[in-house]
Amino acid sequence: MTLEIQTISKSFDTKQVLDDISFSVNAGEFVSLIGPSGSGKSTIFHLIGGLLKPDHGDIVLDDQVITNQTGHISYMPQQSSLFPWRTVLDNVLLGQELQGEKDTERAMMMLEKAGLGDVVHAYPNQLSGGMKQRAAFIRALLSPQSLLLLDEPFSALDEFTRLDMQKWLLSIWEEYERSVLFITHNIDEALFLSDKIIILSANPAIIKATFTIPFARPRSEELLLSAEFLDWKRRLTEAIQA
Amino acid sequence: MKKLIQKGWRPLVAILLFLVIWQLATQVFSIETWLLPAPSDIVIEAQNVMDRFWPHFFATLQLAVFGFLIGTTVGLVIATILHLMPRVRETFYPFLILSQNMPVIVLAPLLVIWFGFGALPKFIIITLACFFPIAVSALSGFQQTNRELFHYMKMMGATKSQLFWKLELPNALPSVFSGLKIAATYSVMAAVISEWLGAQEGIGVFMTIATSSYKTASVFVAIFIVMVISLTFFGVIQLLEKFLIRWQQKGEEG
Ligand SMILES: Nc1ncnc2c1ncn2[C@@H]1O[C@H](COP(=O)(O)OP(=O)(O)O)[C@@H](O)[C@H]1O
Ligand SMILES: [Mg+2]
Repeated sequence: MTLEIQTISKSFDTKQVLDDISFSVNAGEFVSLIGPSGSGKSTIFHLIGGLLKPDHGDIVLDDQVITNQTGHISYMPQQSSLFPWRTVLDNVLLGQELQGEKDTERAMMMLEKAGLGDVVHAYPNQLSGGMKQRAAFIRALLSPQSLLLLDEPFSALDEFTRLDMQKWLLSIWEEYERSVLFITHNIDEALFLSDKIIILSANPAIIKATFTIPFARPRSEELLLSAEFLDWKRRLTEAIQA
Repeated sequence: MKKLIQKGWRPLVAILLFLVIWQLATQVFSIETWLLPAPSDIVIEAQNVMDRFWPHFFATLQLAVFGFLIGTTVGLVIATILHLMPRVRETFYPFLILSQNMPVIVLAPLLVIWFGFGALPKFIIITLACFFPIAVSALSGFQQTNRELFHYMKMMGATKSQLFWKLELPNALPSVFSGLKIAATYSVMAAVISEWLGAQEGIGVFMTIATSSYKTASVFVAIFIVMVISLTFFGVIQLLEKFLIRWQQKGEEG
């Protein structure tokens, strides 16, 4: 699985949001997009997901042009993305349901492993914020598409839950080896999770810098306090402010 | 149950007080029974007419239930069509609103001229009274679909029919139910009115006969029964709502 974004530009009315954006996500790679609010990060996802048509440029998935086509990627929206009238189990099966077969056993197993075994038949409004996002992520993982787009999945969570979720996400992702494109505006989060970080500027967004992050995997919480990590944090902060 | 007693005692006392004042007033001012019967007269009358009343009761109940079902179906179909076809919506939504500015009662004589005294004009009257609150509430439910969920479905490759059945329809359910509750009361009212136009039996017929012979107590009996039917309808729909929309009541705000 390889995703290539080729010289994408996008304007809404007269306002240009994206200007000539190119990057790629390789098989099994975890790539983060980082940029200020309103810089056009979600717009990039909507373009990849086929909701919007770019003014020019193409989106290529495994040598197939998927510009303005839906159904090729798995997606986890910013928040409140579980369906309130579906139980947790029915929610995580939705992605498969849209494409054909449902694998209830596998879903049960993954919910069990995510600590959601007791709430499979509960409705989303009975879950905590962290549990909801876990369920939403499992839904994305269970969907048949091989590329996951995660749009600021943890931005609404408090600091403690957020770190737990990051560790949990890493452990699952390292096991399943899916390609991930991750949006965040949190430098620590991007550094902790990613193989590659792409920094966007605003109005219109261009790619300011791209960094390949060399931290070994599996990664643990200690990394966050290492000198190496703080050094990278400084480099990224400088790049963002430049 | 405890909660019901705690909350319910005030209105209950108010109703009792109202009945007592009514009873006393008719006696103190010695009001004629044919003008305003006392509650006690009405109770006695109810016992007397009960046997004769049942066939009328069932006729009206049947009419109201079937009329309500037809009206609900029509309302939901109209809402769905208007929702799925924006062009059609823009063209016909004003007509929908306009249709409600015409009181159903003024249409009734016309319907009799066109369709006679059978069941058809009655069902048309009930349908006309019922479909509008359902169509409007369903339509607004469809239109208030959560953007994030909509985008999620689209990106994941959902078809138009999957979008409708898995997202827009369940999302509109709470809204549809508020329309159903209004329509339920309308259907009973419309059923009685349609029977005034002419029918073999029904509470409307019973009332017409009672009125023409100044049996005012009988009229009151009919009024109370109509209220009971309306309330029961309302209650049944509320139960159905509780059952179908479990996800909203349970737990705290999400
Ligand atoms: N459908 C749309 N129509 C018009 N403007 C939009 C639309 N979607 C996004 N925008 C604008 O594009 C800019 C980028 O939005 P977005 O991609 O959501 O930013 P981010 O996700 O980085 O916070 C914002 O200024 C927003 O107002
Ligand atoms: Mg965004």
